[in-house]
Order: sequence, then C-alpha cells, then structure tokens
Amino acid sequence: MAVSENDVRKIADLARLSLADGDLPTITAQMNSILAHMDVLTRVDTSSVDAAHAQMSDGMPVRDDTVAPIPMNTTAPMLAPDSRDGFILVPRLASHEDL
Amino acid sequence: MTSWSDKYEMVVGLEVHVQLKTRSKAFCGCSADFGAPPNVNTCPVCLGLPGALPVLNSEAVRLAVRAALALGFTVNLTSVFARKNYFYPDLPKGYQISQYDQPLAVNGKLHVRVPGESQPRPIAITRLHMEEDAGKSVHDRYPRMSAIDLNRAGVPLIEIVSEPDMRSAVEAGAYLRTLKQILEYAGVSDVSMEEGSLRVDANVSARLHGVAELGTKTEVKNVNSFSAVERSLQSEFERQCAMLDRGETVLQQTMIWDAARGSVRPARSKEESHDYRYFPDPDLPPLILRADFVRKIEKGLPELPQQLRDRFRSHFGLADSELDAVTADPKLAAYFEGTARAHGDGKHAAKWVMGEVAASLNESATKIEDFPVRAPELAALLDMIRDGKLSHTAAKSVFATMLTTGKPAAVVASELSVTQVGDDSQLQQWIEEVFAELPQETARFRAGEKKLTGVLVGAVMKKSGGRADPRKVNALLGKYSS
Amino acid sequence: MRNIIDATTESVDRARDPRFGAAGLNIVVATNREASIAAAEKVASAYGRGESLPLAGVSIAVKDNIATLDMPTTCASRILAGYTSPYEATAITRLRASGAVVVAKTNMDEFAMGSSTETSAYGPTRNPIDPERAPGGSSGGSAAAVAAGIVNVALGSETGGSVRQPAAFCGVVGVKPTYGRVSRFGLVAFGSSLDQIGVCARTVREAALATYVMSGADPYDATSADVPVPPLPTDADAKSVASLNGVTVGIPSEYFPASLDAEVRARCDSAIAAMRALGATIVDVSLPHTSLAIPVYYIIAPAEASSNLARFDGVRYGPRAAEVADLRSMYDATRSNGFGAEVKRRILIGTYVLSHGYYDAYYRKAQSVRALIARDFATVFASGVDVLFTPTTPTPAFRLGAVTDPYEMYMSDIFTVTANLAGIPAISLPIGRVDGLPVGGQLLARHFDESRMFGVAEALETALGAGAHE
Repeated sequence: MAVSENDVRKIADLARLSLADGDLPTITAQMNSILAHMDVLTRVDTSSVDAAHAQMSDGMPVRDDTVAPIPMNTTAPMLAPDSRDGFILVPRLASHEDL
Repeated sequence: MTSWSDKYEMVVGLEVHVQLKTRSKAFCGCSADFGAPPNVNTCPVCLGLPGALPVLNSEAVRLAVRAALALGFTVNLTSVFARKNYFYPDLPKGYQISQYDQPLAVNGKLHVRVPGESQPRPIAITRLHMEEDAGKSVHDRYPRMSAIDLNRAGVPLIEIVSEPDMRSAVEAGAYLRTLKQILEYAGVSDVSMEEGSLRVDANVSARLHGVAELGTKTEVKNVNSFSAVERSLQSEFERQCAMLDRGETVLQQTMIWDAARGSVRPARSKEESHDYRYFPDPDLPPLILRADFVRKIEKGLPELPQQLRDRFRSHFGLADSELDAVTADPKLAAYFEGTARAHGDGKHAAKWVMGEVAASLNESATKIEDFPVRAPELAALLDMIRDGKLSHTAAKSVFATMLTTGKPAAVVASELSVTQVGDDSQLQQWIEEVFAELPQETARFRAGEKKLTGVLVGAVMKKSGGRADPRKVNALLGKYSS
Repeated sequence: MRNIIDATTESVDRARDPRFGAAGLNIVVATNREASIAAAEKVASAYGRGESLPLAGVSIAVKDNIATLDMPTTCASRILAGYTSPYEATAITRLRASGAVVVAKTNMDEFAMGSSTETSAYGPTRNPIDPERAPGGSSGGSAAAVAAGIVNVALGSETGGSVRQPAAFCGVVGVKPTYGRVSRFGLVAFGSSLDQIGVCARTVREAALATYVMSGADPYDATSADVPVPPLPTDADAKSVASLNGVTVGIPSEYFPASLDAEVRARCDSAIAAMRALGATIVDVSLPHTSLAIPVYYIIAPAEASSNLARFDGVRYGPRAAEVADLRSMYDATRSNGFGAEVKRRILIGTYVLSHGYYDAYYRKAQSVRALIARDFATVFASGVDVLFTPTTPTPAFRLGAVTDPYEMYMSDIFTVTANLAGIPAISLPIGRVDGLPVGGQLLARHFDESRMFGVAEALETALGAGAHE
C-alpha cells in the first residue's frame, strides 16, 4: 500500500499539522519507504490469535465515586496561554455557530 | 394541500445522551456538579495534562448497567473503551473516551405507548455505551475569542442509540418520554433536557410508502425539548418530502433546529473530513463485569413504570388515563400510592392527585417531594370526605389551607368550621327550628307535598352555615312526610 | 545528616558543570539547586528521626518526560518549552518517599521518539565514552548521566528499548520492568501500551533497588499491576545468587543472526560461558516471530503516539502560536512549529494506520502479530527456560549523524522492542568493549519475574567483574 502526496496532505490535515508544499514529496517518500517495511505483516497468518484478545488483561481496576481531585500546584487558567474570568480563551472557530 | 404523510413515510432513529448521576467525573476525582465557576472542577486528568491517566469511576459503571437492564438490554460482560480522535478546544485530550465496537450493552427494547394507539409499539434500541462528556465552549462572550470551561469535561454519559424504528414525530416523542421515564425510575440520571443532562440527536429520512429502502438521512441537532424534537422532525420531514417531490436529492448533512423560527437550516459544512480513528484506549484495560455483579444490579432494580402500571391497575382499578398521570414520575407514583394505601380508595386518591395536587404543583412550580401536604395527610382529608365530614367544596378550601399552613386536615376543618355536621341531634334541632320558622311550607310538606323537600333542606343548610350533611337532612326530613 | 546535604550539593553542582550542559556533552537540560538542596534537607531530617529510607540521599537524574514539580518537563520538545508540571509522577513521589533526591532533568529524543538522542529540541547528547558518538536513545541523557558520573541512578523510559539501548551504548545497566510494574502516571505518554519507566544505574543492585522502590499498583494508573513487589535486595541475596545452579538460560537463535557484528557475538559468547561456568544450563531456543517485531512496533507505537500527542494543541498549556486568524490556524501553527521532524513523521504514520479503511490492514493486524510475538515468549518460558540472553543491540554506539534513514534508525531497536511488545521485563548490562566502545548483554524474563532477572544479571555482573568494562 502506498500513499500519495494528496493522502499525506489529508492525513496532515487530520493531525493538525501543516506541511510546506516543498516538504511534501520528501515526507511522502519517507512514509512510503517506512510503510513498505510494514507490508510483510499482511503475509503473516494470524488466524490463531484473535486481535480482540491480543491485549491480555484481567480487566480494569476502578475507583470509588468520591470527590478527590488529584492536587495541582496551580489552576487551569494559570496554566493556559490565554485566559479571562476563569475561562480558557482560544481564537474562535471560523464556523463556531454550528458546533 | 394533503398531508405529506399520505405519500411519504418518515423514518426516525434517535441518539440520546444521558448524564449519569455520580458525585465525581467518569475518569477522575473531580466533582461532577454543575454551577461551579469556570474550570474550577478540573485536575491533571480532565485537563489532559501530559502524563495524566484515566481511572474509571465504579459508580458510573453501576449506573450504566442499571440503565441498560432497565431498558431491556443484554449487558456485555466484557466491553472496551476506545478513543474517538478529533480536535476541538473543549476536548482536552484531543480524543473522547467512548466505547465503539464492544459497547457495554446491546439489543435493548422499549415498549412505547403512542398516543391514539391501543397497543404499545416495540422500538428496538441498538446499543448503550459509556463515554465522557466534553467541556463547554462559549462563543459569544468575548470578541473574536471562544471561552472554554472544562468543568463538564469528563462527566460520565451513556449514549443510547435506537434503530430507525420510528415512523412519525409523535412516535419519536413518545419514545423519548418513555425512555426518560424509565431512566428516571431507574434513578440513574436527572434526565433534564433543559439542564442538559439529556440530549437528543435525531436522524430522519423520508421514503415513499411501500418502499423498503431507506432514504438519505439528515441529522437534526440543537433541540432542547421533547416538543421541539417533534416539531423539528416534522419540519425536516416536510423539507425532505418537498425536495423528493421535486425530484431533488436529499443531502446527508447536519441540520440545525432554529426554535425561534420553528424551522431547520443546514449546518455550515465543515471543510475537514471526519475520521475519528477509533482504537481501543491503551490506558484502560477491558471492562470485565462479573455475572453476579450484573445479577445483583438487576435484583436491585426498582419497580419500573410498566410493572407499576400493572400493579396499580389490578390493585386500585385505575384506567389508562389515570395510570398515565399517577405514574408519570416515580416520586409522584410513590405519593399516589402512599395516599391510596392510607385512604383505601385508589380511584378517589387518583382523582385528587391528578386534580388538586397536580394543579397546585403546577401553579407553585413545586416538586412533589417538596409538596407540603404529604400522602398520609391527603389520605386523612380524603377519609373525611368519604365519611361525610366534609363536603367536596369544603374539602377544597381545607386543602388550600393545608397547603399554606401545613396543618392536618382535621385541625384545619375545625378551625374553618367547615366540618360537615352529620350528628342527628344537631340536625334534628335545626330541622325543628326551620319547621317553626316556615309553618306553612312545613304543613304542606307534612301533608305529602314532596317537592317542598328542597326548600326545607336549603333552609337547614343555610341555618347550619353550609355544614349540615345534605344527605342526612334529606333522610331525616323523610320521616316527617306522610 | 550533613553528608546527605553535601552529597546532594555535590551532585547538583556536577550536574550544573558546563561540561555536561549544552556547550558540552549536553546531558543535563534542567537543574534546580535550591529545590534539590531543600529536598536533601528534608531527607536528612527524616533520616535523623530514624525513618527507614532505602535510598536516603541517593541523587537521581530524571528523563525530561517524567513529571516533576520543581523542574520543567518538556519532553525535549519546543511544544512544551517552559512547561513545568503542576503535579508529580507516582514514580518520583515514591522515590522521594524512600529518600532519593532529584538533581537534574536529562536530555532525550523529542517525546522519546528516536534511538540516538539526536531528535531533541535541545540538540544531541554526546556519549561520555566517545563524544563523537551517540549515547543511544531515547533515554540518552539518563544513560550518559550515569556513565559520566553525574549520578549513580537515573530514570529513563522505555517504549521500544529506550533505556536498554542507551545503557548498552554508554556502558551502564539499564532496566525495563514488566509492563504494569511501575506506574505510568506522570510519564508523558508515547506508546501507552508499551511505555514503562525504567532505570539506568552503575550496578544491577542499584538498578534493582530503584526499580522496586517505584514498583507496585497505583490508583492513578489503571494499567499498573497489583502484583506483590519482591523485597528490596540485600547483601545476603548477592551471595545466594552467585551460583546459577538450576537456572536455565535460553539463547534465541533469531538474536544471533549471521550478520551480527563478530565482536559483539564474541562478547556474548564470553557472557554465556560465564553463566555456564556459574552452573547455568544453556539451551538454544527459537522465537520465530522476532523479525516481525520492528514492523509491528512501528505501527502500534506511532498509532498510539498520534492520539497521545493530540493534546499538545496550544489550548490549555505550553506555548501557543501567535498572530493567528482563527482556531484552525492556531492548531496548525502551534503543532507544526512545536514538533520536530521525527515526531511529525510518526504522527503522520500513526494517523494513517488508524484512518478509515487502513485500520484493519495495519493496526489490527499489528496487534495480532504482537500476540504471536508474545506467544513465542510464553512458549519458551513454559518449556522451562528461566531467562533469555541476547545482545542488547546489533552494534556498539554509532557516530552522531551517521544514521540518516529513519528505518535504519528504527532497526537499532531490533533486539529490544520484543520485550516491550510482550510486556516482559528486561535488563541490559555491560559485557565488555569493542574498540573501547561498550557492548550490552540483555536478559529477558517472565512477566513480573524481575527478581530472577536481577539475580541472574547480578551473578553475571559479578562473574565478569572488571572485564565487563574492558
């Protein structure tokens, strides 16, 4: 399976990374080179293992429903690059009204 | 214009998000309460700080299983949390922890009583899964900026996804009301659409009657009451029918309900494609439930609306309309039952609960659990009516005073001097006095002129200040007539 | 206890020595002299009160991807420039509680993505044994900190060999505990199903002590295991493990390919001979799916990483790109400026293998093959093998800048990734040198059988003596 420059552009879009047009051919070539090494897996017979059980586990530990936040030595607005009145501020989404 | 529904059939599936009633969030120890100042209920986990990890709240699991059992689902003993990846500023980790191909429960069923239909209609519910809520974005508070509050981020939700089994807006409304009622009985959520603890997304399509294939569906969002769901579905259905009728193609898109205009409009399409890249969350091993844990929750389930209806029907002989009213919510049902048991006459109790009690709750915007007249006190009032100690009119004024003073019925009745007098000697005395005051009428009455009974009873009532029991006065007078 | 404070002060000052900073070997990326000395004073007074502190006054250096309160935690990435965690990792809390004092944060490959510490935003770390060579990675700073004598114990993290490989390159001991043995709470996630905090140390004993102190179930990590932690090692244990009578050591043929560097093979043969001389039974075994480990690893780790690194978006912490028109450009600019080339490459690969239409072919398939790799180990251990012995890396440390092809770099993890994929414990210890460069030997054991692993490692370490560093 090979990726095209257009595929890479779409993937970068999903990952919120902007790639310079000049970098696209190199990155596409590198990704294809890496992915070519992965193709060996398609030829492996994995019928004896069920992927769903690949992560073996006894099930997960759970916690009690008590209000006990993990302590922090600061607050969310203090950590944030921009905040006001306790809110974290971000540039507005172009089409915010629809979300 | 004839109705579109003569030609086209509406097909509706509903996705309902319900906030579970826990003290703390789904994956961290922050308070799940609403109303705190912005971002106060946050910690490294729900802020998505580097290195923080989720740990599941056991109570969220218990409530989700309880909801699933109440809705007739099969609970999967192994379910898996997955990451739903997308970027949004109120989604701190860049993914939402949800369940995907191995949900908590599958194959539920709801028997929905649709208005105007005699038999309940079965609606299949595909799945119920657990997930965490996102935070809140406020877009109109500051210029050019959105304000993010993460207090709600990580609060536990269940999502309940129905099959496209509904064929009208009314059915969809009935489904939602039934669902809400059951979840309320099960005690898993506040299920308030107004407060956002119950949210509905509707998928709707239209097709010609008789066609098996489903039409292209749209998703209707931004609906915040059950009646708005019904109105928005109807509006979207009509829009689709009109398009189909013109030979146009319905686009698969998200529609926004504009309550003020009473119509839907398409959401502005987002340029980026959606690809959530679900995969099992490696921070959370599979959730494995023991069969006896599930059994214990099942045994501990409270009586659900249908069981309660059956019991009230056979116990108290209530009719459907009465059952609808008194089982509307579990606390009202408990109030009714308390009254009915103490008083003995279920029909009478239902009449009062649906009448005076409901009106008063409505008027004062009080919840039944805060209602000043408790069930035993209402029952005492009903006893007095039955025993002839209060006329119906007097009972209403006693009830009104009980509401404001909180005093027992008997005390109020005697303070208001409205207790009906059924005591023979008192009644006899009033009759003698009336006879003395109205000698002519008395004579004619004694001679057998029965039509004068009314005049004499009226005179006795007037003399007693309305307190004489009219039936008894009638009976006593009968002895004097030849 | 004056000497705890003095020892800490000396360690911090060593860590702040320009020879180890950006202009020198570039091992240390942050110190906090005041905080470290204050911590030492607390330890000294607790020690003075007679509290039992197994690591009283032990100075430790900590990889820059483990959350500490008094020094920044940046994962050697611009996207976390200036970020200091408002909470501390469980591993750090436990080390502090047993008397250890954090004196430095160490350099690393950005977000632990690399095998040479060259992808760091702070620039590459140099190998103290030969400054023209890479210290390995991604925990290159931690291995180098021990090799350079800044500290005796340093924390690293493992996803595919990131402690063992640099330990081998720098001539120190490197431990990856069983997955779940040490809480990941506070370790900035890379590949969550593979990540584990590990230890670099001068000796097996010190490594074991630090590992055990950090071990045990943590209510803040649902993947931490509730398995009893062995008692802390004592001198008496050292004597009892000096013999390897009754111990079966498996030699997996796949880890000794014909292409293996002849000198590396020779050092391994000497180590095997030493174990046999101590009474161990040596058996040849096979782990047939070994060659698939790198492709599996480089699907699973980037997939998880692409999701784990989504939180670095400039919204809640860390630097945010300025002068942006809207949210979308803020995301793109913040992430594109913040991440380096290797991190971006792995995010892209990871996003791709999880995307619609490719998930089954890549991610699901890789998980299945991962199960086959784990089964290889289970089968061998079930056959009576107690530990496996292999070289840690195919070659000694390579020159800085020598490996430019990403996949060639990935191949330097070929002998170490299997332990991460299977979740088993592993240790690398020095077994000699080639042209002055250290060679590491690796021991792998059953899940949660660290005590056997450390026992055999300590016996081998003792048997090799000074030869391990010649």
